[in-house]
Amino acid sequence: MNQFLRNLTPTQQVATLFVIVFGILAIASTAAFLMSFRQQSRDDAWHAELKDLRQLLRTSVYMVAVFWIAWVMGPAVANTLFALLSFFALREFITLSPTRRGDHRSLVLAFFVVLPIQFWLVATRRFDLFTVFVPVYVFFALPLASALAGDTQRFLERNAKLQWGIVVCIYGLSHVPALLLLDFRNYEDKGAFLVFFLVFVVQSCMVVQHVLTRRLKRPPSIPQVSGSFNWHTWLLGMVLGSLVGGLMSFITPFKPGQAVAMAFVACAAGSMGHLVMKALKRDRGVTAWGARGVAVTGANGLLDRVDALCFAAPIFFHSARWYFGV
Amino acid sequence: MLAKLMSFFLLGLVRLLTGAQARWYGCPPKAEQRIYFANHQSHADLVMIWTALPEELRGITRPIAAKDYWTKTPFKQWITTAVFNAVYVDRERKGEEDPLQPLADALARGDSLILFPEGTRGNAEDPQPFKAGLYNLALRFPQVVLVPAWIANIQRVMPKGEVVPVPILCSVTFGAPMQLEPGEERRAFLDRARQAVIALRDV
Repeated sequence: MNQFLRNLTPTQQVATLFVIVFGILAIASTAAFLMSFRQQSRDDAWHAELKDLRQLLRTSVYMVAVFWIAWVMGPAVANTLFALLSFFALREFITLSPTRRGDHRSLVLAFFVVLPIQFWLVATRRFDLFTVFVPVYVFFALPLASALAGDTQRFLERNAKLQWGIVVCIYGLSHVPALLLLDFRNYEDKGAFLVFFLVFVVQSCMVVQHVLTRRLKRPPSIPQVSGSFNWHTWLLGMVLGSLVGGLMSFITPFKPGQAVAMAFVACAAGSMGHLVMKALKRDRGVTAWGARGVAVTGANGLLDRVDALCFAAPIFFHSARWYFGV
Repeated sequence: MLAKLMSFFLLGLVRLLTGAQARWYGCPPKAEQRIYFANHQSHADLVMIWTALPEELRGITRPIAAKDYWTKTPFKQWITTAVFNAVYVDRERKGEEDPLQPLADALARGDSLILFPEGTRGNAEDPQPFKAGLYNLALRFPQVVLVPAWIANIQRVMPKGEVVPVPILCSVTFGAPMQLEPGEERRAFLDRARQAVIALRDV
């Protein structure tokens, strides 16, 4: 079996990966669908949980389908796709941060100049500029645009919010397609595996935490920030996420030990980033970016799904580049 | 043909920038003769409420456009006529003719209307006092259903004086239909209508 997989071309290997993932999702969805017929002897809570699970599966199918289309169409399309994702995430972020009239020009810059340039830098593999474009150049240009607008009321606060939105939604997410273009030795054309590794490991860690929080019902460790976060379940999620990473080392350029370490780094950044975003949401007086929070905005909670990835991707990217010297 | 393409383009653009979410809070979207009246903070209001309506209603609902502004250039005139099928209204009374006459004609033909009773765009938190047009139309066409609507966030997308829009999520909330009570005073009715619009801000 192993020998068979190794003899496949990288393209065939990635295709096999997608077939496996789609297969698992199909089996899980069918099982959940059949289980929904069992009405007797189960209470409402069980059915509510099943409904949640089916919702989660449906979202996952969509996400995998999107990844698959992106991979089939090549890195340019994948890049565009993540650029769109970043656009929608930033749209949600800005909607819930109060801006004033004077911010209009800076916002135009953020959406229509910074975002395309950042993803263009990824597409053209200018990694030296790509990593410093936002922290150095944009960090200087945006407050300047704000200052030129001549409105000093809550100036620092407004600019900080905008910069933060850019770092999380544009800078963070742009590191995901950048992984596709990293050149490990003997690992050409297999960047898709690395993206899959990152997404899968971080999502496993988050899902394990989510499920354990519901089951164990431990008191929240930082109730001011999150009603569910608990160090105990966090640690369990981290351990499981890292182990999943170790098991998946065969699809990455890492050795098993390295894969565990990289998965640990990604999970830590992702889950801690999620916590930071929760604090941010609390500051804005909502519990979720999506419909449950402020329904008026029509936000669909995209940022709730991708915020862990936004934090994990840059750290994963840099530690991989730094350690492996690529 | 060109108008059709333009309307597709505008629908796509507005959805991409604002999400254009319609929230039917007080009534379902229904093909009856209606006057939708909403707060007015940006030129994009007109496009926004037009996009939020379902396709079937979009065809029978005509926005009101200020004649002086929307007929200034051939492009503005084309877009309001061919794409939005707008009814033009004079903001200033000229001579003897009734400025509401085009609106009354459209209602007599059975069209629904989108109305911004403030008359001009405001930039304060609350809408300005409503003008009498809504009252006069309600008086003359008692069978037409009056639906209040609140357009949220649109002033952030394109503030007065800016040309490039910024992507921010917006929504249109449609409230419960209201009616002119028998013998209700003009001012009292207009204030009630304004309160109905404001009340939708927080639902």
